[in-house]
Amino acid sequence: MLSIKNLRASVEGKEILKGINLEVKAGEVHAIMGPNGSGKSTLANILAGKADYEILEGEVTFLGQDLLELSPEVRSRSGIFLSFQYPVEIPGVPMVNFLKASVNEHRKFKGLAPLTAGEFLKLLRAKKEMLHLDTELTNRSVNEGFSGGEKKKNEIFQMAMLEPKLAILDETDSGLDIDALRIVAEGVNALKTPENATILVTHYQRLLDYIVPDFVHVLYKGKIVLSGGKELALELEEKGYDWIKNGNE
Amino acid sequence: MEDQDKLLNDITTQEYQYGFVTDIDTDVIPKGLSEDVVRLISFKKKEPEFMLEFRLKAYREWLKMKTPDWAHLKIPPIDFQETIYYAAPRTSPKYQSLDEVDPELIETFKKLGIPIEEQKHLAGVAVDVVMDSVSVTTTFKKVLAEKGIIFCSFSDALQEHPELIKKYLGMAVPTTDNFFAALNSAVFSDGSFCFIPKGVRCPMELSTYFRINTAGTGQFERTLIIAEDDSYVSYLEGCTAPKRDENQLHAAVVEIIAMDRAEVKYSTVQNWYPGDKNGLGGIYNFVTKRGICRGVSSKISWTQVETGSAITWKYPSCVLIGDNSVGEFNSVALTNHHQQADTGTKMIHIGKNTKSTIVSKGISAGKSDNSYRGLVKVMPGAINSRNFSQCDSLLLGSTCGAHTFPYIEVGNKSSIVEHEATTSKIGEDQIFYCNQRGISTEDAIGMIVNGYAREVLNKLPMEFAVEAQKLLQISLEGSVG
Ligand SMILES: Nc1ncnc2c1ncn2[C@@H]1O[C@H](COP(=O)(O)OP(=O)(O)O)[C@@H](O)[C@H]1O
Ligand SMILES: [Mg+2]
Repeated sequence: MLSIKNLRASVEGKEILKGINLEVKAGEVHAIMGPNGSGKSTLANILAGKADYEILEGEVTFLGQDLLELSPEVRSRSGIFLSFQYPVEIPGVPMVNFLKASVNEHRKFKGLAPLTAGEFLKLLRAKKEMLHLDTELTNRSVNEGFSGGEKKKNEIFQMAMLEPKLAILDETDSGLDIDALRIVAEGVNALKTPENATILVTHYQRLLDYIVPDFVHVLYKGKIVLSGGKELALELEEKGYDWIKNGNE
Repeated sequence: MEDQDKLLNDITTQEYQYGFVTDIDTDVIPKGLSEDVVRLISFKKKEPEFMLEFRLKAYREWLKMKTPDWAHLKIPPIDFQETIYYAAPRTSPKYQSLDEVDPELIETFKKLGIPIEEQKHLAGVAVDVVMDSVSVTTTFKKVLAEKGIIFCSFSDALQEHPELIKKYLGMAVPTTDNFFAALNSAVFSDGSFCFIPKGVRCPMELSTYFRINTAGTGQFERTLIIAEDDSYVSYLEGCTAPKRDENQLHAAVVEIIAMDRAEVKYSTVQNWYPGDKNGLGGIYNFVTKRGICRGVSSKISWTQVETGSAITWKYPSCVLIGDNSVGEFNSVALTNHHQQADTGTKMIHIGKNTKSTIVSKGISAGKSDNSYRGLVKVMPGAINSRNFSQCDSLLLGSTCGAHTFPYIEVGNKSSIVEHEATTSKIGEDQIFYCNQRGISTEDAIGMIVNGYAREVLNKLPMEFAVEAQKLLQISLEGSVG
């Protein structure tokens, strides 16, 4: 589904990603771990098409297409979803309007007619139930005045509405209390199918108690320095990131 | 919600979609201004003597006045002798039904997306359509008449209710008020008149669509709204004008009088031709709008969405004379390309316990310049009065300007005046967030701007709010990337 080959990227002249290789197949869950500042968010943002970065080398294919050629909105419509580490507030724009525009753009891309107001509300209700979400969030403006936990739940809710092929969750677990964490994890698990894939970016092992990854990668100073199965996360938890740092200085 | 979606999909690439000219027979008098022209206008309109006196007095005063130069605007010199001061559609007799109306005109309304016949049935809106200067058709008159409400063209009102006009005209905006008000008073062609009698709540929104149509015709509308004790009316003014390369002068005057416990809501969506991308052409819009809360506990609110005109000079104001009276000003002013706007309000507190609220949302894009100018004046006798002002500016890009000029004068110690102002830029992060959900940059900007203006848009009647949202989005086309 996703293939990253020797990806190097810089921001403001500073090289952040120094040759990333990653293969993600349908049905898989990959965890990307690593200390702060390793480049995890940079990788997630580049996959989603954020403009701030310069690609120095490498290629990324997504479902057979050159991903780096596509505009961010086309990437989204093609099935890439990014749950932001810091979701931004858009004052005055009701969440329902935003979501409806979003869902209908995705439908248009697939050649489907836009949902009527009735159909949309039905879908909204179904997804809310599925995630055990309180109804109030969708009536407010996009992320405006949301607590950290509410913002993250809202990201997962949007993911549920859009049913992406590849979901990239950037630190969706950080700042969540145990209940919120469970809601988020249940949501991610419920949305898992053999056809889609998930990349979990996190620096805690905690989330991986709830969402069991097929692969764990350790990103450090812009490179994947270790890859393994789910046991790797536990090992990291036990030995701490110093273990990686010491081996890679 | 569905509307919003429709709007978002509705964006097309044209610069100004209402740019066309209707080919209707017009009766035009030669260009230029003199006492004779003033007399001729009054004569053609078969006006009562007092009206001619009013006009001549204004004209003589106007001759002594100068164009105001205090606004943050670059106004090219205007040659008042190059303007045509009167044009009326020649299709003179009034119609009982739309079938009798010039099909060209009906076609015009269709292009504008204003099917009057549908509006009559669906929206319950009485429409007094002003085509150039003379009313062509007035609807719903009968329904209104049953309640004793008068809603008609200014010319008709002069024939049928001269005593009301004589009593109230110039009460809120005297002929000497300012250069453009004096000019309007001398040469106004037509406009609307509205009278709500004691205790009557007007059952529908009263709506007027203005259109400037004849090449080189200055448009001088005059509107007078009177709300007697315990009455209520919501009045809508909407405007679109055909595309022209020469500049067109517009100087309207709107006066509102509210008596004891009366409430008047006045909403405007102004979308006149703003000129092209290079700043060529466009309407010069110099408007004087003022409401007087004469009665106790009366209320006047101005809500405006200004997206059009090359130059906007406009300060809808409230004079709060009655104790406990309330004034409101809610404004969204959007400028793009080379547009210039200097707009705001004046709240004059005279009565005790008077209250005013100002919410101004400026949006600037392109090379435009957008200023808020507001005066809050609390007289010594206006004890326990309050004002709250919120003036926000949103910038799109770095070549546009936003300015805020608040003037505050408080004449007593028991009154409280608060002023808040913010300036922000549209965030790349907000746009990327929308992009990541599949929404294009252009739609994202439309959405963010509409969100920013929502507080004001929410004050508009429903059918107007939809049009306003669409306008904000269309007006920002070409401002991205
Ligand atoms: N827009 C940016 N401008 C400047 N530096 C950036 C920007 N984005 C990321 N960086 C830098 O890149 C490095 C990696 O950041 P990031 O990808 O956020 O790490 P992580 O998500 O692993 O904590 C950090 O040193 C950070 O300061
Ligand atoms: Mg990060």
